[in-house]
Amino acid sequence: MTSDLVLTGISKQFAGHRAVDNLDLTVPAGTFFALLGPSGCGKTTTLRMIAGLEEPTTGSIRLGDDEISGLRPYKRPVNTVFQNYALFPHLDIFENVAFGLKRRKVKDYQPKVEEMLGLVELKDYGKRRPAQLSGGQQQRVALARALINRPQVLLLDEPLGALDLKLRRQMQLELKRIQTEVGITFVHVTHDQEEAMTMADTIAVMNRGLIEQLGSPAELYDLPATTFVANFLGQSNLIRAKIIGQSGEDLVVDVHGRKVIVPLARCRVTEGEVWLGIRPEKVFLAPADSEDGDGSNQLRGAVVTDVSYVGVSTQYLARLPWGQELTVFEQNTGAREAFSAGDAVDLHWRPAHSFLLDAAQDALAGVEDVD
Amino acid sequence: MSAVGQLGAASQSAAPPPVERSGRRMTAYLLLLPGGLWLLLFFVVPLVSLLAASLYDPNGSIENGFSMTWHWQNFGTTMADYWRPFGRSLWYALLTTAFCLLLGYPLAYAIAMRAGRWKNLMLALVIAPFFTSFLIRTLSWKMLLSDNGFVVDALQWLRILGPDGRLLATTAAVVTGLTYNFLPFMVLPLYASLEKIDRRLIEAGGDLFAGPVTTFRTVTLPLSMPGVVAGTLLTFIPAAGDYINAQLLGTPKQRMIGNDIQRLFAAGAYPTAAALSVTLMAAIVVLVLIYVRRSGTEELV
Repeated sequence: MTSDLVLTGISKQFAGHRAVDNLDLTVPAGTFFALLGPSGCGKTTTLRMIAGLEEPTTGSIRLGDDEISGLRPYKRPVNTVFQNYALFPHLDIFENVAFGLKRRKVKDYQPKVEEMLGLVELKDYGKRRPAQLSGGQQQRVALARALINRPQVLLLDEPLGALDLKLRRQMQLELKRIQTEVGITFVHVTHDQEEAMTMADTIAVMNRGLIEQLGSPAELYDLPATTFVANFLGQSNLIRAKIIGQSGEDLVVDVHGRKVIVPLARCRVTEGEVWLGIRPEKVFLAPADSEDGDGSNQLRGAVVTDVSYVGVSTQYLARLPWGQELTVFEQNTGAREAFSAGDAVDLHWRPAHSFLLDAAQDALAGVEDVD
Repeated sequence: MSAVGQLGAASQSAAPPPVERSGRRMTAYLLLLPGGLWLLLFFVVPLVSLLAASLYDPNGSIENGFSMTWHWQNFGTTMADYWRPFGRSLWYALLTTAFCLLLGYPLAYAIAMRAGRWKNLMLALVIAPFFTSFLIRTLSWKMLLSDNGFVVDALQWLRILGPDGRLLATTAAVVTGLTYNFLPFMVLPLYASLEKIDRRLIEAGGDLFAGPVTTFRTVTLPLSMPGVVAGTLLTFIPAAGDYINAQLLGTPKQRMIGNDIQRLFAAGAYPTAAALSVTLMAAIVVLVLIYVRRSGTEELV
């Protein structure tokens, strides 16, 4: 009954700027799919084109074998959970949820509405008005109002943006549970990388109207394809380096005079200038000259310049001999010693935890420029 | 900066000394005073005197004075004599309101939803007639609809009007004039309430399988009801009491209750005129109460 959603060559040109640029995207049926990116990256425009609220300038949108890009919104088997919910203020909760069924002249809709209100745990709220509900409850009504129509694709536009942090975490799990339960394809637009990682099976990271990378949360985090993804999903240390040779399955890289190796499979480029990337929690600190590299990469002669204790972990800044500061997260397991500012340390990491990116890309792309 | 702001807020939210609180209450009363006095002097006093005048002995005159005789029969006799123009007034006001709604809703909708950068210009055009006096505008309509005017000529040429057909001095002319004069009072509240509607609600209607017409019927129209109610009240109430349009564009056959009240006052028949005024006022209040109760606007906000 559900089928893949396929976007081919989709572009959207607004007066003076191109919001979405020749985008190809396949959303497999029944998956929880996230479009992740900073504001203005084109993710909401993409969602609105799938919903039919925006007309693509070029390209086609297909749902299984059906071309839907020419259809008016009310003809599409697609429903939307709007940002800020867009609940009808003049109707009570029951009527809000029943709205789609009544428009499609579904007979005997009352039990269905009751059942759906049960699914979102709002059974006793049918007679209330949207304004009488809390943000989290309104969010669930919006979800019920869309889901009751059993759309082939459910679109969620920043659905949790208006909720406070605790409620957001709770709703993330809730949404994931409901998606698993109903088995409908969810396309979820968000700028919150944690939200996308928690819920989505597949994430497409968007930037400037293009998809930078597509994959499972773990794939994207472990092996980002661009500096933008490396910085937007979590944090990365990017060090300027140069490829100087190959040894077996590894590339040998020169980092300001020191040699480190990176597995070939983790390199986006194989020659010339590169960014050597390494996640902060994958870097270990050791007292200066205390450990020999047992196959791990090492950068010696660093000095701790800043220590922030954040409970679960400690975040260090370590200045390398050429002045660049790397971020290092150490879990506070008690198994390793803590350092203080001014300590001389060595940095080391396993080659399989690093990655190489094209040096032509901006090392600061995607760095916390999100709202 | 923000710390200072917070401190300020904190000291404000803490219980202020009682002196300051009573001082604030005094300020509120002082601010009410000028408006309250004005209303007392120019609304309550005339209203009471109008109510009193409606119960004067109808045999009095300006020369000999009127005596207060609690003559309740005034209401019965005036209604027996004037039920026709009275009913006509309400009927014309109803027609006017209906035409204003039919013309005004699409206009307000277009300005609020579709006008884009022309919005302000269109609003200015709606308000523009107020730059000239009501009387002058109605006189212009008199010229426009006159027997030798180009409108009548054109309609006669098109055989829509017969060779002796005329526009002036007809019911149509009076209702047209009323509709013209009160249209802005319909458009402005409608515009205000349509403008306020969150566009996402309309998108949500489309997303939930409602076509444009159904979305209008189930989402846009119900959400604009406060504007519809305000607009119809602002049109109906003054139209029911109007006499300029009937006087300038109609004949005695199109006489409205306002014309009679005005004539009776001018002739010095104060008790009769006052009784008619009070009856009109009461009728409007009752109609408005029923209407507002029926349309259930209190639930819409």
